[in-house]
Amino acid sequence: MIADLLSNFWVALVAKLLLVALAIPLIGMVVGFGEMKLSAKMQARVGPYFAGGRWGWAQLLADGIKFFQKEDLIPRDADKPVFKFAPVVVMMGTVALFVVIPWGPGLIFRDLSVGIFYALAISSLTTVGVLMAGWSSANKYSLIGGLRAAGQMIAYELPLVFSALAVVIMAGTMSMQGIVEAQIEAGYPFVILQIVGFVIFVIASLAELSRIPFDLPIAESELVMGYLTEYSGFRFLFFFLAEFANMFSMSAIAVTLFLGGWYLPGIPADALEYLGPVILVVKSLILVFAMIWFRWAFPRVRQDQLQSLAWKWLIPISLANVILTGVFKVVL
Amino acid sequence: MSTYFESYLTVGAFIVLGAVLVLVMLGVAAVLRPSRPQPAKEETYECGVDPVGTGWSQTYVRYFIFALLFLLFDVEAVFVFPWAIAAERLGVFGLVAIIIFTLTLVEGLVYAAKKGVLRWE
Repeated sequence: MIADLLSNFWVALVAKLLLVALAIPLIGMVVGFGEMKLSAKMQARVGPYFAGGRWGWAQLLADGIKFFQKEDLIPRDADKPVFKFAPVVVMMGTVALFVVIPWGPGLIFRDLSVGIFYALAISSLTTVGVLMAGWSSANKYSLIGGLRAAGQMIAYELPLVFSALAVVIMAGTMSMQGIVEAQIEAGYPFVILQIVGFVIFVIASLAELSRIPFDLPIAESELVMGYLTEYSGFRFLFFFLAEFANMFSMSAIAVTLFLGGWYLPGIPADALEYLGPVILVVKSLILVFAMIWFRWAFPRVRQDQLQSLAWKWLIPISLANVILTGVFKVVL
Repeated sequence: MSTYFESYLTVGAFIVLGAVLVLVMLGVAAVLRPSRPQPAKEETYECGVDPVGTGWSQTYVRYFIFALLFLLFDVEAVFVFPWAIAAERLGVFGLVAIIIFTLTLVEGLVYAAKKGVLRWE
């Protein structure tokens, strides 16, 4: 009965939209709460404690309700239409990225034939929203923050693309499900031969997400809050929701490309139908944990260090990696 | 309806959902939140003091040359992706072609680095 209904394209589409509309706030809350609690542990604090009775699990729900009651302030000098539209653009990129994350065998919102290419393209949409926010706020801190975000995107998009390119050469397909299946067929996750690519991909995705050590666009100690300075209430919340959801989806893409996605050796094929999403989420959350860990392990880099790391090291290394992978694939 | 059309209809629907999420939440919040505009609240925030000059002050974008280089390499990536899928089929000929193509662009990067474009002055 349900399977019949879901075979209709339109019914399935509505179901997918409802699912993702529920999943994104949920993922945002899980990652956000994890960040609060883990940061606290790493700094020998307790962190959220009272909300919800135990471990403060309802802290982010309480925050969300609080944000509902916050006045919506827009600075007088701001470019109002752009200012209002910026969080919308950020959320568009965040939601659209979920289309190509493979959750299990045959379990994907839409297996686009250009999957990974689409993911890399649509994830840059967030930066456009950030630049819009920085520009329209009519605030010096915001402007510098927005421009830094754009400069960072320019520098780190290339290592990201090239390290994904090496995986595409290995898999011979751009479809996300195809990449996972290629790893099952090969019998090993691509991280084994693409360890360089994996490290570069993680560094570059940290920079794309503007996480510490690459959090220059919102560097609190220099720029107040960067492009977020003038935002308040729900618009502010959407930038944060997008950041947490993007942390998860970038990790999920890294897992799919390098760590075998929803597959784990030793689990029978019919069990994967149900365990696939669990495996993917656990693997992704391990990467998310590493991102939170880095936040308290590394100091922020300087703007010139950020640019020279990308242009002098990551781009040449990732290009060499692409060529080597090509030689490996064609000659061997 | 073709699969191709369905695929990109899904993508379009997801993008629209992103906008709808924001608009619905803001709409719901509009019922609950107070609105008491005061001149001081609409001031540009500059750590408490009155703002100096306009927000759109002139900024020196140091990395605009990087943007030109970025364009170059990003377009390269677009050309390399189709080869990447068919790498095995195209064999040594395709590989050599791509290596020559990439080296030509790397030469440009080396030239830029030698000219000191990548240094932060």
